[in-house]
Amino acid sequence: MSRWLLARISFLWREPCGFARRACKARPTNPRYAHLKDALAVAVAAAVLSVAAAAAQDAPTRGPAPSLTRPASPAKVPGADGFLQRWLILEPIMTNGQLTDSAVQAAVKTLAVPTQSGTIPRHGDKVTIGDAPLAWHAVDTIRYNVNLYHFAYALKKPTSNVLFWVTTVVNAPRELSGVRLAIGSNAASVWWVNGREVIGIYNDRQSVIDDGVSKRLTLQKGPNVIRAAILNGGGATDFCARFVDEDGMPVKGLTVSVVE
Amino acid sequence: MKTVAGALLALVLVSPVVALDGDPGMHDPSTVIVHDGKFYAYGTGGGLPISVSDDGWTWRRAGTLMQALPGGRPGQEVIARGGNNTWAPDVIRSGDKYFVYYSAPGTQPKAAIGLLVGRTLDPNSPDYKWEDGGPVVWSDGVEDSNAIDPGVFRDPVNGSLWLTYGSYFGYIRLVEINPKTGKRLYPERKPIDLAINGEASIIIYRDGWYYLLMTRGSCCAGANSSYNIRMGRSRKVTGPFHDNIGVDMLQGGGKLFLGSGGRYIGPGHFGLLDLGDGVQKFSMHYEADLDRGGISVLDIRPLLWRDGWPVAGDNFKEGTYQIESARTGTALELAVQGTPVGGLRGRGGGRGAGAGGGRGAGGAADAGARNPIPAQEAAQVSANWPAGPIDVRMSPYMVQAQQKWAVTPVANVGGYPGSSYFKITIAGTERALTATVDRELVVLPAFTGGPEQLWRIDQLSDGAYRVMPKAIAGTKEPWALSAIGSSMPTLARFDPASDRQRWWLKTP
Repeated sequence: MSRWLLARISFLWREPCGFARRACKARPTNPRYAHLKDALAVAVAAAVLSVAAAAAQDAPTRGPAPSLTRPASPAKVPGADGFLQRWLILEPIMTNGQLTDSAVQAAVKTLAVPTQSGTIPRHGDKVTIGDAPLAWHAVDTIRYNVNLYHFAYALKKPTSNVLFWVTTVVNAPRELSGVRLAIGSNAASVWWVNGREVIGIYNDRQSVIDDGVSKRLTLQKGPNVIRAAILNGGGATDFCARFVDEDGMPVKGLTVSVVE
Repeated sequence: MKTVAGALLALVLVSPVVALDGDPGMHDPSTVIVHDGKFYAYGTGGGLPISVSDDGWTWRRAGTLMQALPGGRPGQEVIARGGNNTWAPDVIRSGDKYFVYYSAPGTQPKAAIGLLVGRTLDPNSPDYKWEDGGPVVWSDGVEDSNAIDPGVFRDPVNGSLWLTYGSYFGYIRLVEINPKTGKRLYPERKPIDLAINGEASIIIYRDGWYYLLMTRGSCCAGANSSYNIRMGRSRKVTGPFHDNIGVDMLQGGGKLFLGSGGRYIGPGHFGLLDLGDGVQKFSMHYEADLDRGGISVLDIRPLLWRDGWPVAGDNFKEGTYQIESARTGTALELAVQGTPVGGLRGRGGGRGAGAGGGRGAGGAADAGARNPIPAQEAAQVSANWPAGPIDVRMSPYMVQAQQKWAVTPVANVGGYPGSSYFKITIAGTERALTATVDRELVVLPAFTGGPEQLWRIDQLSDGAYRVMPKAIAGTKEPWALSAIGSSMPTLARFDPASDRQRWWLKTP
């Protein structure tokens, strides 16, 4: 938590346009103040850490995320572009913020959810990773993407240097071979379909449609479990996912469900 | 100025280097034509020598056309109108027939264009034979015409056939051809004058423009030949054809399409080889291939288009390249964790993680930090790369070792029109790009020479490249390297209208 706070306070110091905005992140710090920045950030962090920690425990959530809603139907049909808009998201897990190939692969192993290879979690299920009890939340997104920043911010959870586990179930009307999972994520992410790792994209990156695309795979008739870990360094964080066919067009006829 | 026959008949080719393989010795080649999967070209020489290739890369001689013509020489009427030489043919398919037009000069400018009609180009076919179609056009030795060097063109707009001909004395001329007979459609009409000061003319069409290409300069003197290919364009097949600054080709205009360059002197006798899917090549001969003792050879090169004009592309040359997707701008790389060139350095140049203070530092750096940083070689960073197969992906190009590909021609494995196949390996290693049976990509630890590791690299009309494996087990369909997403390459059917299968191969 202290690393996260330090990062945020550093942002506040050097970015007059607000905290954790990716657009501001790209602006350089005036080198004349660089040494002051770090020193002040550490001092402020030390001063507010205890207050923030206490507040985080006691404060209510900030209200609903603007782009996310609770699922209101048993299944959801992807939109015309094929994006999967219903997900279970586990509250964020703190990481060291590293996004290299090796760091991300290490994180998804060391921060694995104990039951993730077994049953599909339900909304409200809780798991403990390290010392942190974390809850699964079922969401529908009103957009093509799932805004994890909205998700975590609404819960008063950290958004920087975090890992989000997400999962959903895609129901195929028949066996579909030669399709691909196509995702975008901010930032790095690793994806599994029915337990098999199919995509890994690394380093700090924006969420771009069809950034990472799996090799051709087969969706079995009925439920197929999609699972991913999205790791963020700082700033905005989100993801999008869909299945595409040989020509890169969205696969039709799928439905998406999670267990409420 | 005239086209000279026979200069190549005694040539012995050794150590083919770049301009085609096998025996590409040829002068005044016809348009290269594809028939039953084989490539044919006909040239100047006694009886019109045949060159054939199974793949467009390795060529061999296959006798002469007139070996299959009753009498073995031009018909009497052709000889009477022109002479008994046999030079500079051109060929086209029309319905179920093939028409070969050839020059039959006597004492120039008295000359004729003769016609041969056949049903197949395959000398091994039981149906293979040629019939004398008589003279099509001729020049009487006085008029402003030297009726040699035919070039035949089918107008894709309406299917009409046209023949251009001529050589310096007088005009390059145009007549319309009957697609059923190969003879003139309106013999009573006066031929249309299109250009002066050239020979070896032919028309091609693209996007509402007709292009007249012809060869200018001197031929037949080896490395002392000044042959070069010129062009003009018109909205009508009948002209007028103007060059890039508006000069009518009837008044000497002509934009340069291709002149001498590299080890090749005197290109002439343009022919279009349209391979479909937007892949166009052109054939021509060089008067002198300096790597083959200065003999005249056939070559096939990519045909590009820029600003409404054809541009002569170059066959792909070996080297080290970044392979950048035209769709995404990301570069093909071995899927391993990259290392910054020169190691971790801050903006100020200091070494080590976080050194230099990142963005903000830039003023005070030690002098040593400003020394040139050498290029990153695979040997420097590959210690942690897995030893076995490694996936391929695409990332922003960072000049790192896993992103630099050595593209190297492979001998004795065949090729495609204009080039041999290439292997594509991570520079400094034997790790070879490989097509998998499920039409994906992997980099294997070594090059084995299998067809799944041999790559065809065709330059497309905009200068980008199409990259295709020679073959994939279990399928006969052609597959092309494709960017299915920003970070994922695969193999897919080539779509000429899409950037997915277009790649820029740049020198790092």
